[in-house]
Amino acid sequence: MTLSYYLVLAAILFTIGAIGVLVRRNAIVVFMCVELMLNAVNLTLITFARSTGTVDGQIIALFVMVVAAAEVVIGLAIIMSIYRTRRSASIDDANLLKY
Amino acid sequence: MSETLPADGLLGWSWLLIALPLAGAAVLLLGGRRTDRWGHLLGTATVVASFLLAVLCTIQLAGLEERSADVDLFTFISTGELDVRAGLLFDPLSAIFALLITGVGSLIHVYSIGYMAHDPARRRFFAYLNLFVAAMLLLVLGNSFVALYVGWEGVGLASYLLIAFWYTRPAAATAAKKAFIMNRVGDVGLALAIFIMFAQLGTTSYEGVFGAVGTLAGGTITAIGLLLLLGACGKSGQFPLQAWLPDAMEGPTPVSALIHAATMVTAGVYLIARSAPIYDLTETARTVVLAIGALTLLIGAIAGCAYDDIKKVLAYSTVSQIGYMFLAVGLGPAGYVAGLAHLLAHGFFKAGLFLGAGSVMHAMNDQVDMRRFGGLWKKLPVTFVTFGLGYLALIGFPFLSGYFTKDAIIEAALDRDDVWGWVLGGVAVLGAGLTAFYMTRLMLMTFFGRARWEDGHGSTPVNPHESPSVMTAPMVVLAFGSVFAGALLVSVFPLSGWLEPVFGEPAEAAHVVAPALIGLVVTVVMLLGVLAAWLFVGRREVPVTAPVRVSPVTRAARNALYADTVNESLFMRPGQWLTRALVWVDNRGVDGAVNGLAATLGGSSSRLGRAQTGFVRSYALGMLGGAVLVAGALLAVTAG
Repeated sequence: MTLSYYLVLAAILFTIGAIGVLVRRNAIVVFMCVELMLNAVNLTLITFARSTGTVDGQIIALFVMVVAAAEVVIGLAIIMSIYRTRRSASIDDANLLKY
Repeated sequence: MSETLPADGLLGWSWLLIALPLAGAAVLLLGGRRTDRWGHLLGTATVVASFLLAVLCTIQLAGLEERSADVDLFTFISTGELDVRAGLLFDPLSAIFALLITGVGSLIHVYSIGYMAHDPARRRFFAYLNLFVAAMLLLVLGNSFVALYVGWEGVGLASYLLIAFWYTRPAAATAAKKAFIMNRVGDVGLALAIFIMFAQLGTTSYEGVFGAVGTLAGGTITAIGLLLLLGACGKSGQFPLQAWLPDAMEGPTPVSALIHAATMVTAGVYLIARSAPIYDLTETARTVVLAIGALTLLIGAIAGCAYDDIKKVLAYSTVSQIGYMFLAVGLGPAGYVAGLAHLLAHGFFKAGLFLGAGSVMHAMNDQVDMRRFGGLWKKLPVTFVTFGLGYLALIGFPFLSGYFTKDAIIEAALDRDDVWGWVLGGVAVLGAGLTAFYMTRLMLMTFFGRARWEDGHGSTPVNPHESPSVMTAPMVVLAFGSVFAGALLVSVFPLSGWLEPVFGEPAEAAHVVAPALIGLVVTVVMLLGVLAAWLFVGRREVPVTAPVRVSPVTRAARNALYADTVNESLFMRPGQWLTRALVWVDNRGVDGAVNGLAATLGGSSSRLGRAQTGFVRSYALGMLGGAVLVAGALLAVTAG
């Protein structure tokens, strides 16, 4: 089993996530796509950790998971409050911070 | 210089000389209109009190063994190694100046009461006059070059205020500015000289500077001498800074008499006489003083021959007479006393002449064109007699003031006993002839001949009348001075003996040419000048308008030998071109660059601001683009 399969899978997952962030309007879906990108990165980290035989990559992957969990909590709260005030979960409607 | 002792007794109070007129000026300026009714009396009283005090101080000074008193007042500047004490030096030289300033000043204050009687701003006039007297006394009594400089600027300010006294007249305002600016040109020289003293000697007191000046390099001493001379030229209206003095006649006539004839313009002579120990060490600077004196003497006399404005003729006469004084002090020890004697005598008769001219103007509805005068001697008898005596004194009529003092200068010039002595003496004798010519012309056109004011020129008919006695009395006193001052100063009460503590023992005159012969020659030349004036002016009818078809010499003289033109083309025009070029560069170049940069930044920032759409997805695209770019760059670096 070569590493490249894992890396190619990670790249595909990351690309799907990135495209999702760029093209979807629903904030929840965008969020899930962000998670997908993070998981793709985690997969890469663990792949390299296995190949070098150290645990550094696995530890960083654990950190990423913790941070992602925290981020999801705050992000969902923000999305909820936006939805309450505007009755919409579209990220294009929340464009108050323009020029 | 002799030992200077701390002053005691009355001399310790000599600062009151300055303080009295200064207080007068302060009261009149701060009091405003409330002092209108008695302001002129207060102004006159302070100067008269100063005069009495000056007399008493001088008497006490004469009794002192050392004849020099130092009045220490307070610390003026004390910083680091620099320590300037404000103090007064009352010695024979400053004493005669104090007497001249307060004496002639008192007379002119009295005269002004009458002359300015109908002027609504008379109080302001007396305030400025008092300010002037105070500044002038500080100039001559100060014991350091810094004190002198303070007074120097003070008289410049007072002169500016007084020339522009009738500031609603454009000519007066322009003349005041011209006087102020030309004086500043000279003051730069004086200031630089004082800076050099600070830098090289660390002191500016007369005692300190004169004691240590010998230790300096020859070039430095010459530089100090020449810079002091530049300052003196500015204040005294000497070549090449003479053009402001005739224009300054726009001020009220008492100002012309006091400031521009008797006192302030002689400050240059005082400065050079006071700095004698410096000039003793630099032959170069002294030669330049001589050259400037001789040149100015001729320029002033030539210009005086061509003007029709009675006050401008007298002003050019002043320029010329101060040229005599510069010539005298430029001669060194031999000439100091002669120059100062001429200064004192000139103070009397020129002030008298100006007051007489003021009286004539008073009678003629403020006209100054001599071509509109004539035949006034019957109408203005007191003015005529006093003016006539001043005239005779000025042209050096035998045994009147000018005769003694001018001859003393010519004798001193000839006593140099070299070819330059003959040149300078010749110039001085020629100047005497020219003086006789233009002053006789003035007398003939003003007082004799047909009364041309009856022709009905001018807006209002004139009815000449003698001035009130408050004006004629000072003229009479000054006429006495014109007659007797010269003889008193030269023979009866010799100035050389009085000034001995300042300039040392007078050297025994070599007498290359016998004084009697000189007196004879000068008198003959003077009579030739009078005769020429009679032939050209007195014998003929004086045209009421100046003839246009005249010789180039006359035209040059009418333009004061093109002094204004030279100044304009040499200094004013290049300056204007330079400023114009700089303004252009500033507008187009500097402003263009700065404004262009600002516009570029502003424009591009507002365009970049458009990128802030507020759409999260476009930001995400930006981030992705950036990441791809960075990754691509990394790949390129690692692959390359």
